[in-house]
Amino acid sequence: MKADPRQTHVALEFKHPTSFITCRFDPKGRFVFGSAHDRSVIRWELPTGAKTTLAAHDSWVGDLAFSRDGETLVTAGYDDTLMWWPVAAEAPQPARKVTAHEGWIRALAVSPDGELLASAGNDRVVKLWRMADGSFVRALEGHESHVYSLLFHPSGQSLLSGELKGTIHQWDAATGKRERSFDAKKLYTNTYAVDLGGAWSLALSPDGKHLTASGLHKTTNPLGWEHEPLILKFDWESAKLLSTHGLAKNERGLFPRARFHPDGFLIGGSNAAGFGAGAHLFFWNAEELPFHSFKMRETFFEFDLHPDGLQVAIAHQAMDPRAGSKEGMIRIVRMSAKL
Amino acid sequence: MMDADGCGSAEHRIARRQFLGSLALGAGAAASGLGGLGWFTRPAMARHFARDQKRMIVFNLQGGLSQLESWDPKPGTDGGGPFRAIRTSVPGIHISELLPHTARQMHHLALLRSLNTKDNSHNTGPVLMATGRQPTPAASYPHIGAVVAKAFDSEDRSLPGHVRIQSGGGGRNLDAAYLGPRYASIGVTGKPPGDANPPPDLTDESARLRDDFRCRLNRRFLAGRDTAETDAYVQSYEMAKELVRQREIFDVTKESEKDQKRYGQHAFGRHCLLARRLLEAGVTFAQITHGEYDTHVLNFSVLLQMLGEFDGPFATFVSDLADRGMLDSTLVVVLSEFGRTPTLNAVGGREHQAGAWSICLGGASIVRGAVVGKTNERGSRVVEREADAGQLFHTYLRALGLRSSGHFTVGGRKMPMADPALEPIQELLA
Repeated sequence: MKADPRQTHVALEFKHPTSFITCRFDPKGRFVFGSAHDRSVIRWELPTGAKTTLAAHDSWVGDLAFSRDGETLVTAGYDDTLMWWPVAAEAPQPARKVTAHEGWIRALAVSPDGELLASAGNDRVVKLWRMADGSFVRALEGHESHVYSLLFHPSGQSLLSGELKGTIHQWDAATGKRERSFDAKKLYTNTYAVDLGGAWSLALSPDGKHLTASGLHKTTNPLGWEHEPLILKFDWESAKLLSTHGLAKNERGLFPRARFHPDGFLIGGSNAAGFGAGAHLFFWNAEELPFHSFKMRETFFEFDLHPDGLQVAIAHQAMDPRAGSKEGMIRIVRMSAKL
Repeated sequence: MMDADGCGSAEHRIARRQFLGSLALGAGAAASGLGGLGWFTRPAMARHFARDQKRMIVFNLQGGLSQLESWDPKPGTDGGGPFRAIRTSVPGIHISELLPHTARQMHHLALLRSLNTKDNSHNTGPVLMATGRQPTPAASYPHIGAVVAKAFDSEDRSLPGHVRIQSGGGGRNLDAAYLGPRYASIGVTGKPPGDANPPPDLTDESARLRDDFRCRLNRRFLAGRDTAETDAYVQSYEMAKELVRQREIFDVTKESEKDQKRYGQHAFGRHCLLARRLLEAGVTFAQITHGEYDTHVLNFSVLLQMLGEFDGPFATFVSDLADRGMLDSTLVVVLSEFGRTPTLNAVGGREHQAGAWSICLGGASIVRGAVVGKTNERGSRVVEREADAGQLFHTYLRALGLRSSGHFTVGGRKMPMADPALEPIQELLA
């Protein structure tokens, strides 16, 4: 079935007492995982909603990644630690723990052949590990600020990493050498001595021609939420900025994540400014402004696309009861007509 | 040479130690009347007097520091955030992992975890914390720096008693209220005051003659007048002369390269090192303002930066004061204008919360390693030993050896040093 963003509707909701940070579908599409503020990772079976808790980290889990066969989950903690878990076990326990970084681990990526796991975070170092046994391969050094995002090129030859100050480095995955950089400094600001912004997420178009980096810009009052969301679109060959995607004028917010649908349209999410103003999924084609949006009352930072290309999982925050649910929630919306 | 004592005329001797006899708690306080140690040329002598002189430093973490990411962590609770609580040098006390260096100095410090200041406004919250009293349209009150500067003023003080160290330039501020301009803060940046070097063609003799002439004109003008405006002019001129004469005291680059490296090559590090330099030289009160802690957006990422910058230099400062024997005579306070909510907003920020928050203080007569007060599981409400800004103000004065129920006599009127309806937080006082 072909996805139709204009038909997006809520399909399932899985509640939890605390907010969620991020969420991912496993590659086989059997489960959705969400990392929660209570430091656990929650697994829900689809579509039954059978709930299992994975508890081992000593802080929030910032990202989740899977082995290519879909049998192993890796969790990246703000406690410096990577953990390997069996995806489908009845009562999962970590099969491996690796103290991988100094400080938060913010991002993970798995190479297309499934051999390598990349991790990065606040220590500014990108590290490569063997997915199968967790052994260290090499460190890629050169970032000047916290690393927010990682992406393997589908060829497997290159790894991209985006940082707080807006630089995106492209590394040779085999040698660890830096090949080139993309300038995404539009997504970074330093106002009132606060570094804010960054390349929050990276995505490559299905045809391989465009790289996007998402975040914010136009920061007049960084801590007063006075900034606008922005997605930069680069030409892959030349690394030049081609165009941008955003919202109508004066819409404030941040795009923590944007990713391409296999059909070529781009999906991004942003929380609306103002207490209780809610949040949206946005959908763009080539134009600057979205062709469709889907509004929700509860806010979120992260979402993920199901392997079927129809379902989107959204990691909602618990909110002040005056503004919405005080529970956290993984909500699954479906980009097709209601059954 | 220019005369270090200014004109030497009586009109410059304003509001001298009239209060000390009624305020000081003991002989130590009388000794604390010593000021202006900058003129000591022998370091050992300066160190000797520096140890005895009472001083205060405030680290103002501007914007409303989250107590949950600093002094009162609640790891694992709803809204407690991602950071862990770490052990400190005092068994049983844990603070946020964002403050690892400070944690190692905890045996010099104390925590008050039960502040309810009832004011979460950026306009009035800082004033309340600085004055210990809620401002009213009819009255404004002197900031703690002005009160401390006046309480420890002396005839021979040759440096400003009330200094604000800031990035945004110098100048005088209007924070002494009825205590008068002599106790208003002067802003310094870590560089010598602007235009501090006399013109090269101005000889010492020419400068002296010019100053004598200015003083004669002053005396004639002031005959029969004694207004605040003329006081302000005279005090500003005398202070400017002293700043020029002792300009190197304000130049942090005169400190050793090793110390400059220890404190860090950024503004806050330089400000902390300058504060150490000024306190050693005899300045009574210094305040350093740091950061942007008004974290309505991305609270955790911003505090990683802000407290990451604060932690090292602050801990170095506390350690240096202890090593130099100055901590027993120096009150150290880390405050803000309010705390922040456990509930996170839609953009990962925390909102203002004045009803339950914390400060850190130490040195002088503060009990080392004390934790006073308690909040509930989430940190949204005080559940034990609630305290407010007025009680803190009393506590500061008592920690410095002053009777906080005392008063200043200003223009013949008795003005209470602190809110007379309140008392110090005894649990914090040795």
